[in-house]
Amino acid sequence: MTPPEYTYPEGALAFPHRGLVGIAGLAPHQIWFLLDEAEQWVEMNRGAQKRRELLSGLTIINAFFENSTRTLLSFEIAGKRLGADVVNMAVATSSVKKGETLIDTAMTLNSMRADAIVIRHASSGAVQLIADKVDCPVLNAGDGQHEHPTQALLDALTIRQAKRAFNGLRVTICGDILHSRVARSNILCLASLGAEVRVCAPPALMPADIEQMGVKVFHDFDAALKGADVVMMLRLQLERMEGQFIPSPREYRHLYGLTLERLALAEANALVMHPGPMNRGIEIDSNVADHVERSMITTQVEMGVAIRMACLDVLTRKGRKMEGWA
Amino acid sequence: MSRANAPLTITGGRLLLPDGSIRAGTIRCEGGFIAAAGEDVVPLGGDDVHDAKGGLVAPGLVDLGVFAIDKPAFHFGGITRAGLMPDQNPPLDVPARVRFAAQSGKPDFWVHPLAAATQGLEGKALAEIAMMRDAGARAVCTGRRWIGDSGTMLRLLQYTGMLGMVVIAHAEDAGIVGNAVATAGEMATRLGLPSAPAQAEAIAIARDIALADMANAAIHFRNVTTAAGLDLVRAAKARGARVTAGVSPAYFMLSNLATGAFRTFTHLSPALRCEADRQAVIAAIADGTIDIVASGHDPRGPEDKRLPFADSAPGMAGAETLLPLTLSLVRDGVIDMARAFDLLSANPARLLGVDAGRVAPGAEADIAVIDPDRPWIVNSDKMAASAGNTPFDRQPVQGRVLALFKGGVAVRAKKAMA
Repeated sequence: MTPPEYTYPEGALAFPHRGLVGIAGLAPHQIWFLLDEAEQWVEMNRGAQKRRELLSGLTIINAFFENSTRTLLSFEIAGKRLGADVVNMAVATSSVKKGETLIDTAMTLNSMRADAIVIRHASSGAVQLIADKVDCPVLNAGDGQHEHPTQALLDALTIRQAKRAFNGLRVTICGDILHSRVARSNILCLASLGAEVRVCAPPALMPADIEQMGVKVFHDFDAALKGADVVMMLRLQLERMEGQFIPSPREYRHLYGLTLERLALAEANALVMHPGPMNRGIEIDSNVADHVERSMITTQVEMGVAIRMACLDVLTRKGRKMEGWA
Repeated sequence: MSRANAPLTITGGRLLLPDGSIRAGTIRCEGGFIAAAGEDVVPLGGDDVHDAKGGLVAPGLVDLGVFAIDKPAFHFGGITRAGLMPDQNPPLDVPARVRFAAQSGKPDFWVHPLAAATQGLEGKALAEIAMMRDAGARAVCTGRRWIGDSGTMLRLLQYTGMLGMVVIAHAEDAGIVGNAVATAGEMATRLGLPSAPAQAEAIAIARDIALADMANAAIHFRNVTTAAGLDLVRAAKARGARVTAGVSPAYFMLSNLATGAFRTFTHLSPALRCEADRQAVIAAIADGTIDIVASGHDPRGPEDKRLPFADSAPGMAGAETLLPLTLSLVRDGVIDMARAFDLLSANPARLLGVDAGRVAPGAEADIAVIDPDRPWIVNSDKMAASAGNTPFDRQPVQGRVLALFKGGVAVRAKKAMA
């Protein structure tokens, strides 16, 4: 494996984007820069003192138009550990329920002088729509079936820490690719960093022409696992699956469940990943999910906080008039 | 005789005649009809005389399948008649609403209501089609939707066949399309938009042609946008089936690449197709498979369009760009001028059974004087339409209406014609 070497320019040229709407549009060295920036926060988060007043006085609004527990929590912790004032706007308690349009909500948040807005929304493109209308940096925490860039970055950081380099690394992503923003962002991110990305799903859950995104398409999970260095399982959204896309959860497990026997088809030290929340016993067996040496699932959550700290820091540097960034 | 009803003579124009020739000449209209057209026609005393100044004297456009009556936009675009989609609120599914709609444009614009095929456009129970016909409906339409139940569709076609009315169908298999807002392919996959395979169109067309054959009824597909769908129409026509096809300019101007960056003005129904399908539409216009080009005019304000792509309403304001975009096919050598006005005027008039859409004695005097080469730039902020949702914003186009006459009377154009 070739050593991981991406150089990036000094100051704001290292990441010349106003916000983070997606992995699409990021150069490999810009991804690398964010991963490098996150390392310091991994260190700090492991220590006793978990707070640095970097964003003190800044207001970060987490506007989640779609339910979320772990991503919202992760962004909230990230903002607070950097000393920012973090406000969460949950849809259930907002005027969105009263018929206010997305743009009006965005303009309202903008008028409250947020220094960064983190958005999750059920519709693809919704985050871009808001980013075009507000003055502050916008971070995409998942928009429909489009992108979930911080998830891809935290997955890349997890893989980088274990495998060091991406060139030639074989990553198999298995599950509901069609409806998955995690899959799309991961495909873009990993392919951009030089990994060989395989996607595996039954035809009904595979998006059309996905091979145009630079992936290899598999329907046979066993074949997709052969030689894999990383196995990334996606959550099966049971509520919209049954009868329409797959006959039953147990039949899905029969073909696509990651069992210990199946994992043996992959490389001997292959990593197991899952963005959570898991359906234990369906897409992933408990003895795989809890595998001490192989499962990275809790590490992913840990990296998530560090990545989000890095993103919040980098994207507010211009606003904080940091030298080289203002 | 009031001044408004004085006979009209248009001099100094180039007449687009029914035989396809373009000849310098004069046209004289009397009592709302064209009385004479030719080189030797002269105005009589008491005529209103309009100097066309070398402009093309063409039939007013007949726009089959608009969603709103938007006269300023229609007049800007040289459109003198439109077939109104039954997808109104409430739908055109009872005779009273059809009768009201048929009167709603007069005197300077004629609305030809298209009767809803089924009650509430729900695709289940047949609507009162014969009564709506006698109230002024010129054709029957399934609306924005496909009738999913093949038995219902067959009985509809048997009934309309008996009544001698054409069914205007939306050709997309609803089971395949579901909640899709894009055509399946790389673009939809990258954007993460709900998408459906383009074959949904061919599947619907294949079924409906078979049903129309069984019923010996005439069927018109409002928008045929894929190579596979056009092949089916072409083959059906070759064996003499009573099938016609239409398309909107968006499908020969744009492919789904235009949906990048989630531009909701490109959210159309059917969804924009791939580049190969766009080329197939152009070929089908050239070889006669497509009979009608229509705007699908559907003005939508920000409340419907300034939303995430999948949450936005489909449709575009197309009345103002119908003529110049169709004329681009003439400039590209795909079709000649005569064929352009067959697509825009003569063929839709024939489908609706109205004696208009041609510059010939006896036809209704719906006349557009046109400069086919005059350049202008589409500007969504300054449209005559009630909303500026055009995917052609900032696009330079050629072809402008210089003067418009409905039934031999000049239409007062709004100043919006910048």
